[in-house]
Amino acid sequence: MTDAAVRAETPTSATAPPETMAWDSRARRMVVLWLPLACFVIILLFPFYWMAVTAFKPDAELYNFQQHNPLWISSPTLDHIRLLLFKTSYPHWLKTTMMVAVGATFLSLFASTLAAYAIQRLRFQGSQYVGLAIYLAYLVPPSILFIPLATMVVQLGLFDSPLALILVYPTFLIPFCTWLLIGYFKSIPYELEECALIDGATRLQILRQITLPLAVPGLISAGIFSFTLSWNEFIYALAFIQSSENKTVPVAILTELVTGDVYQWGALMAGSLLGSLPVAIFYSFFVDYYVSSLTGAVKE
Amino acid sequence: MTDASISATWVHRRADPTWLVRLFDSKPFLVIICLLPAVGLLMTFLTYPLGLGIYLAFTDTTIGKRGVWVGFENFQYLLTDPIFLNAVFFSVFYTSVATVGKFGLGLWLALLLNNHLPFKSLLRAIILLPWIVPTVLSAIAFWWIYDPQFSIISHLLIQTGLRETNVDFINTAWPARWSLIAANIWRGIPFVAISLLAGLQTISPSLYEAAMLDGATAWQRFRFITFPMLLPILAIVMTFSIIFTFTDFQLVYAITRGGPVNSTHLLATLAFQRGIPGGQLGEGAAIAVSMIPFLVFATLFSYFALARRKWQQGESND
Repeated sequence: MTDAAVRAETPTSATAPPETMAWDSRARRMVVLWLPLACFVIILLFPFYWMAVTAFKPDAELYNFQQHNPLWISSPTLDHIRLLLFKTSYPHWLKTTMMVAVGATFLSLFASTLAAYAIQRLRFQGSQYVGLAIYLAYLVPPSILFIPLATMVVQLGLFDSPLALILVYPTFLIPFCTWLLIGYFKSIPYELEECALIDGATRLQILRQITLPLAVPGLISAGIFSFTLSWNEFIYALAFIQSSENKTVPVAILTELVTGDVYQWGALMAGSLLGSLPVAIFYSFFVDYYVSSLTGAVKE
Repeated sequence: MTDASISATWVHRRADPTWLVRLFDSKPFLVIICLLPAVGLLMTFLTYPLGLGIYLAFTDTTIGKRGVWVGFENFQYLLTDPIFLNAVFFSVFYTSVATVGKFGLGLWLALLLNNHLPFKSLLRAIILLPWIVPTVLSAIAFWWIYDPQFSIISHLLIQTGLRETNVDFINTAWPARWSLIAANIWRGIPFVAISLLAGLQTISPSLYEAAMLDGATAWQRFRFITFPMLLPILAIVMTFSIIFTFTDFQLVYAITRGGPVNSTHLLATLAFQRGIPGGQLGEGAAIAVSMIPFLVFATLFSYFALARRKWQQGESND
């Protein structure tokens, strides 16, 4: 809650004539603030609502808008979810995706913590330029890289292996995490490290026992961000993985569940819902970290 | 304890470290060790493929066949290919319309959220959802919403009497293009709104107070305080947004796969279609590489056009 907003409100109502305008400003606030806000929230959430409703609707209701209210479920069913969990390899896809996301997150956290420490704290000649180069790497979109990377992955013998994804995802995670952590390291007083140096600690001890514990919020933000980004990644997973077993959830839903001309909308929506849930839950625990990392990295 | 004993233990401890510990304390070695994982990964999986991609664009490589250097042949062919030209057109169109929409609505949402509101953090969490959820999965939801027969939007429009027939969302070229742009704006609003909100919250309230004392109207306060103070952050967010909208792949691939009749191909989806399932790696790489000039131009434009003002004001340039 900013003071700006509060203070900005007060003088406006003070300059207005009292009594009559009090009601007027409430009505006005309704129209200029709450109404658009409600529209935004409804539009932003509607696809998820629709996804959830479809996932639990029996087929009879799904394709009959005349007799059933499409926005509500008269007789909820778990058929679509059962189909998904027991007739397809959905649990396997979830496991692969989880493994890839966790692996890529740890790899990039490890690499970017060290890099950020070196750039921000070991201050060597040209450290700024290394930082800038890593930042520029963030501006190279995966759409440009996937074709050459696919040929590389084939040559390395990693085609169709989740390991390829774990190794490639850090290319878009490291730049972001490094910048986030540089920002965090900057906020830790340098004096703490100098004290430790005087007390005879080695550089590695300082990193492990002083800098890292203080940078835990930064590490959590970077971790959440990396996890969601790798969970959501699509184009590399689509290009590098061929066998149904090793696909990640987003790719598998689009390529394995969409078969023929008649789409199983119930199962598709159930799959999308289940695939979104892990990130959504994970995210809901750490919203504040997530927001601070999003905005922190932008402000850097 | 005497001085002698203290100094004795102290000296002992300093003499103790092995060569390994001393190695890890030497700064040049430590810098190299610390940078190695990050720089190594980025060099191998980012810089090298970028170079390789540019090289591939000048060869006729296909899957399973090493290509030979063909110079600008791929690009010459592409310039005569109506599907490629259409993809270029649609990429530019998609990016510009979606960016304007995202920033207009995102800024509006940020200004709304900057008010004094109850449940502010909950609201912020809900608004970010479209950004968190895997794009492909929400794109599938949009695909279902845009279904020709069972579209909920068509149904609601017919129910309220605004239309007689189902809306044709993705079966002809122009409606499909607009539908994709709408889905992209939907997905982009949260990021823009939350980033700009962070920018709004750093603006000092005293500026507004001073303006208010001078009798500035709400519009003038926005035009002469909020907007200029927001420009630096706007420039950065816009650069990112333009780059990632221009190279978008997931939404189009999930909703239309470039159809109907190749009318909604973006450069990324066309590169994928030609390169991976089509096997024409050289041609696919050429399409992907042809995105680079657009990206460089968009980055420079949005960065310099928007960030210039900050330097003119003589603030520190960080």
